[in-house]
Amino acid sequence: MLQEPKDKHSPNTHLSQAIIRFAGDSGDGIQATGAMFSHNSAALGHDISTLPDYPAEIRAPAGTIAGVSSFQLNFSSRRIHTPGDRPDVLVAMNPAAVKAHISSLRPGGTLIVNDDGFDEQALKLAGYDKDPREDGTLDSYHVHRAPVSTMTVESVKALQLAPQQAALCKNMYTLGLVCWLFDRDTDFIEALVEQRFAQESEVLREANCMALRAGYNFAETTEMFSSQCRVETAEQSPGLYRRLSGNTATALGLVAAAQLAQRQLMYCTYPITPASDILHELAKLRHMGVIAGQTEDEIAAMGAAVGAAYGGSLAVTGTSGPGVALKSEAIGLAVMTELPVVIINVQRGGPSTGLPTKTEQSDLLQAMYGRNGECPVVVLAPDSPADCFTMAMEACRLAMKYMTPVFLLSDGYIANGSEPWQVPRVDQLPQFRTNEPVCSETQSQFLPYSRNPETLARPWVVPGTPGTEHRIGGLEKQDGTGHVSQDPLNHEQMVQLREQKIAGIAEDIPELDVFGSSAGRLLVLGWGGTGGAIRAAVEEAQAKGLDVACAQLRYLNPFPKNLAAVLDAFDQVLIPELNRGQLRQLVRAQYLVDAQGLNKVQGQPFHTSEILEKIENLCQQPSEAVA
Amino acid sequence: MNQTEPLNIPTYQKEDFASDQTPRWCPGCGDYSILAQLQRVMPAIAEQTQTPRENMVFISGIGCSSRFPYYMNTYGFHSIHGRAPTLALGLQVSRPELMTWVVTGDGDALSIGGNHLMHCLRRNLNVKILLFNNRIYGLTKGQYSPTSELGKRTKSSPLGSVARPLNPLSIALASQATFVARAVDRDPKLLQDVITQAALHKGSAIVEIYQNCNIFNDGAFAHVSERKSRDDNTLKLQHGEPLVFGRQRDKAVVLNEQLQPRVVATSEISESDLLIHDTSRDNSGLTYALSQLQYPEFPVPVGIFRALKAPTYEERVHQQVNEAKRQKPATALQQLLDSGETWRVAE
Repeated sequence: MLQEPKDKHSPNTHLSQAIIRFAGDSGDGIQATGAMFSHNSAALGHDISTLPDYPAEIRAPAGTIAGVSSFQLNFSSRRIHTPGDRPDVLVAMNPAAVKAHISSLRPGGTLIVNDDGFDEQALKLAGYDKDPREDGTLDSYHVHRAPVSTMTVESVKALQLAPQQAALCKNMYTLGLVCWLFDRDTDFIEALVEQRFAQESEVLREANCMALRAGYNFAETTEMFSSQCRVETAEQSPGLYRRLSGNTATALGLVAAAQLAQRQLMYCTYPITPASDILHELAKLRHMGVIAGQTEDEIAAMGAAVGAAYGGSLAVTGTSGPGVALKSEAIGLAVMTELPVVIINVQRGGPSTGLPTKTEQSDLLQAMYGRNGECPVVVLAPDSPADCFTMAMEACRLAMKYMTPVFLLSDGYIANGSEPWQVPRVDQLPQFRTNEPVCSETQSQFLPYSRNPETLARPWVVPGTPGTEHRIGGLEKQDGTGHVSQDPLNHEQMVQLREQKIAGIAEDIPELDVFGSSAGRLLVLGWGGTGGAIRAAVEEAQAKGLDVACAQLRYLNPFPKNLAAVLDAFDQVLIPELNRGQLRQLVRAQYLVDAQGLNKVQGQPFHTSEILEKIENLCQQPSEAVA
Repeated sequence: MNQTEPLNIPTYQKEDFASDQTPRWCPGCGDYSILAQLQRVMPAIAEQTQTPRENMVFISGIGCSSRFPYYMNTYGFHSIHGRAPTLALGLQVSRPELMTWVVTGDGDALSIGGNHLMHCLRRNLNVKILLFNNRIYGLTKGQYSPTSELGKRTKSSPLGSVARPLNPLSIALASQATFVARAVDRDPKLLQDVITQAALHKGSAIVEIYQNCNIFNDGAFAHVSERKSRDDNTLKLQHGEPLVFGRQRDKAVVLNEQLQPRVVATSEISESDLLIHDTSRDNSGLTYALSQLQYPEFPVPVGIFRALKAPTYEERVHQQVNEAKRQKPATALQQLLDSGETWRVAE
């Protein structure tokens, strides 16, 4: 952890890990600052994990706590799984940022404040009666004050920008300070700025670079910080890496799947936070033949996806919980007509409009059961930002092979968070088999509801195919012919066939991996986006000598076929979820296991420490290896 | 998809478009007539548009009319209430070479599916919409619909409906539909002609078909379907022809000085004062005024209100794709994955 020695002028400190959080007004360029520093860190060879957090309002009133935007980066010489619980360094651009974030700064941590942001009005807006810099509030931190706005304007004076435009560069000045603190030069970030403004404005490029260098020089010459710290680099296997957010990874996974399956990708959607970035990514790819379209509403998006699937395209719709609620009837239609559609739910806090920009895992039961009738679908959940690539491809593979809707449950945390991704070679990606009809010249009558004996999928015969004209729809189908049927026994048989088709997919998905010993005292079972926090907590617990293992479910329906055996091998099961216990209900019902819950619904991801504490409680044994 | 390649399509008979399913509408339902007329003109439509039967798709929502696809020996999709245009959107954008029809009713298209209808029309998706208007909910056994007249007594409105009815064609015109027409189930010739013109139209074509529900709303359109009265009560719209009607063609629809329509005897005005119907008018107040004419004060206009040439939605989508491909050679998948914020870790 980052510790500032009391002794001034001490030599550089070497660290294995550091957590920094940038916080300021939503107009302060906080997200861009964080993104650049993250890219720089990754390129220097650290493992990284990021957590952006921003308000639901596009521009909440300036200077208020509601308007504070933040970006946290964890960078390390070891493999890390989360953006970290508490920052070692907090950069606060105004009093509201201090107010909103100071309580999460590690005691003894470093606070960098923009002194120019602390006028009377700003203090008042943040709800401070007294200046926290003066009244002892910040005594337990190393506080470094710099007149960032003034110095920024001064540093770009030569360019004769309008004062407001000059002041916009203050995030770069701050970044310069931070670069010096972490003992890295500004070359890489200058190159990023160059790329960013290459097409736009030479003068803005120059201004941003000047502010950046000025910040760096200020830190160096004024000895603002007592010393520099250097985080060691991580060992990574050679190859090309990319910093990737979950939403970008999802978009890339869809494009890859369409190419591998040789199908047209049709992404039909309606804008909704936090899923819209998938649309934005795909909309850029017209030149690759990707069709990403915005419909009049969520229902139309789902209907269009069903229509596109009927036409033979790889059809995908993306949304968040409220959108899924609207799509439910059309998802049922896709179940009844057995058409392949991928439904991406980037989960956010609910119910209703809920917390649009905050994360939650509370749509699991909606994905499982949120439709009328017996209506099973496949449910998958990526466990990290980069895993969204793999699981988006997997969702497409299963949908097309088994002729079924597939839910992909991402969440706001992994969708917006990012991590390094070792870019795969396309020729090493898994090949796809879609459910092409078996052509049979001898068959006198085409049977749209005949089934592949292995997968139970019906044939994907699309309009335009001569001789196989047929009718499908939402009314119950007669087995084989697909004619409308109200026969009681036929209905029961069809319900069971649809159920068996989904259940049978357990044979086609990987078994659940256990991290740690495969049997023992405690299993921590998670699903989806909590993968990083659970893994980090279990690693720490294991290091303390606790008998604990973890497993992260990425397949929720059907479950991996070894799940029963995995659960059986442990005395106790703990299921941490960002909901009130939805996976726990499923596991208890299906496996009769008395699983314990750790449930959090604050719109925020788990802290590693929260899970660790629960593990320690359950293990009820003194930790042996306190360092 | 390749439009330059000539399709060698077979010569079809009416029977080729009848599926093996027996229609299950009530005896005497207007839907039988519509099905028969459609099947009768399909061979000519296939030939004129060079569309083989396997490229034809009928998509419907929910309601009596929406059983239609089951009886057509083409591809068919009986979807969910009000959403047929959304399925047509996905299908038609993904497969622009198909000829997609939407069969819908007044409840399906104007009530639960009103939003989709409006957007389908304003996009000019290349889809033929047959809207069977019987001014009642038939499948749910007789509740008032969005086109039921004010005061209509039904099971769900025993004291009379208190909502004013919607006018489907006024909505279609306001939604910038490029082909707008009206036909009547009991006028086979008109029905055949209008359906054929709709099929030949490139873009969204909506045809409101007055359809008699002899069980729950019998005689709703008697004024336009009874032989003895229909010539006096309908105004047959013909492009380039004057707005003249009546068995003796002795009455005309004209606009007064406040641009309000009124009916006059042709003997009272000079020939040059007659209004000439023009289906190529865009945003025309006159066309809208025609859609608003209501019996008994006015004759009911039937035939084609508007027929405009305009690019279709799917054409624009694929044009963008092709243009993007032209300007920027297709990125290989590997190149796409390798882009963005990247760095290399050396051996």
